[in-house]
Amino acid sequence: MSTGLYGPYGGRYVPETLVPALEQLEAGWAEARADSAFQAELEQLGGSYAGRPTPLTRCLRFAPGKRLYLKREDLLHTGAHKLNNALGQALLARRLGKERIVAETGAGQHGVAAATVSARLGLDCVVFMGSEDMRRQRPNVERMRLLGAEVVPVELGTRTLKEATSEAIRYWITNVETTHYLIGSCVGPHPYPEIVRELQAVVGREAREQALAAEGRLPEVAIACVGGGSNAIGLFSAFLEDDGVRLLGVEAAGAASLVEGRPAVLHGARSSVLADEDGQIIDAHSLAPGLDYPGVGPEHAFLRDSSRAEYVTATDEEALGAFRRLAEVEGILPALEPAHALARALDCEEELVLVCLSGRGDKDLDAVVGR
Amino acid sequence: MTTLAVYLMSGPETPDLAEAAVEGGADLVELGFPFSDPLADGPVIRRAAERALERGMRTGACIDCLARVRDRVDVPLVPMTYAALLEAYGYERFVDDIRAAGATSLIVADLPASERRDLRRVQLVAPTSTDERIALAASLTDGWLYLVAVTGTTGVRAEGTPALPELAARARRLTDVPLYAGFGIGTPEQARAAAEVADGVVVGSRAVEVAEDGPTALRELVRSLRLALGTERAE
Repeated sequence: MSTGLYGPYGGRYVPETLVPALEQLEAGWAEARADSAFQAELEQLGGSYAGRPTPLTRCLRFAPGKRLYLKREDLLHTGAHKLNNALGQALLARRLGKERIVAETGAGQHGVAAATVSARLGLDCVVFMGSEDMRRQRPNVERMRLLGAEVVPVELGTRTLKEATSEAIRYWITNVETTHYLIGSCVGPHPYPEIVRELQAVVGREAREQALAAEGRLPEVAIACVGGGSNAIGLFSAFLEDDGVRLLGVEAAGAASLVEGRPAVLHGARSSVLADEDGQIIDAHSLAPGLDYPGVGPEHAFLRDSSRAEYVTATDEEALGAFRRLAEVEGILPALEPAHALARALDCEEELVLVCLSGRGDKDLDAVVGR
Repeated sequence: MTTLAVYLMSGPETPDLAEAAVEGGADLVELGFPFSDPLADGPVIRRAAERALERGMRTGACIDCLARVRDRVDVPLVPMTYAALLEAYGYERFVDDIRAAGATSLIVADLPASERRDLRRVQLVAPTSTDERIALAASLTDGWLYLVAVTGTTGVRAEGTPALPELAARARRLTDVPLYAGFGIGTPEQARAAAEVADGVVVGSRAVEVAEDGPTALRELVRSLRLALGTERAE
């Protein structure tokens, strides 16, 4: 018997030291969800601080022959959907009496979101980031430091998100009594996948309503990029019961945990993971740091197996092409991560298409211009 | 008399090292099966795991290593690893094959007592564990209960293990199984302090570090620990 399962995925594969904190988090989350004051504060901050609801923008020229809508999470405060989760978890951390936030970050967007909410709520913040990602995403490192966070370089392995996550968890093991681990995606041990999904569900709820208002019908396909999978699970969650809406997740070709992975255990959960036949984790490779991760949220593995969602890949080059095209014909610089979703939106069969534009591309200028 | 357990990472030299550890006075050898992403481990064991993987110490090679250690020593041998290896190898097959190679039991660092209850293994409890969880782990454990002596990852610390006495006292009230303390114990002084409250002491990171200098150095380290705990062998 395991806790927090999505079919055969999920669970709580962590050292015993963390289990009491996960149990406390699970109970605290259940209470907070049922507490109208908590919900009201989250909603109030979402509106007055974060900028919700974010708009739905119809593309005019990006995908000729299609009616393509972008859910504009790039316009959220700090420039990505990550803030939805960070705000909710930081309020929860304060409620649990924690003084400090520890987070991992790949692209830096979640690190910036964690640093931002910590500044706002008066919590200390420590962010672990691979030194390779710090090099790739320098502006976000500067932003986190200006927001008062301590950014700790991780020099292990590939110096990217996987190692940053491991180090953040080790820091949490050592400081668990004072610290909340603010995980950035729908991964990790139970109850994290559920918490992150619920906090990101606002993306899908708004997009569904906005699409209905704009078109009088639901989109034929909803597309999102998938690294750990938090913007995708947030978008998909609103459409799971709508059988006519195809759900399409787009992974980076070099980090395709769902398309090429196998069942394995990473960072506290069983999911579909890039691993070898001995269960050792294989390094991922993507130009988009937020997708450069060998694991994925357990619910996505379940949605794949049950065929409710489909998962495909896009290459670095395809993402760069979509990035440049959206900038040139729509005046929007997407992050490299959702540029993967845009690449598949261009060649999907459907006519009415919804894409989650999960973040803005300012952080990626060096990577794009330098190619 | 306090049981002395020594942790070694699997590798080509491990049979020689294990023999030296037993000559020095080790009563039990834990054998690390390396994982690429070991969340419970500090820098020393993490680096040893990386090196072992680079040298091809995959699950099959680790089981062969275990069998070779078994040929050389007669103390209990306990593989210590992570759930990812068992997931890939198959839980039952893993247990069958390590038993056939001479393992006495098994430790899985990221499988708390509440997960995979049917997998018989040495359970771990930590200073953060509730009484309820200590009782659960004790009821499921295989032979002895592993007291994680620090709130943290493996590795020696200057401050020793201040949380251990309270954890050991709580565990004593809840169970009669032997209690072995590990994590953060490396010096003879730290071992002696832990032995005041525990029935056994596990030395990991410090042993792995010293093992890099060869069997002679390891034998001396273990001898110094043995002397600190009293020279008579445990039953």
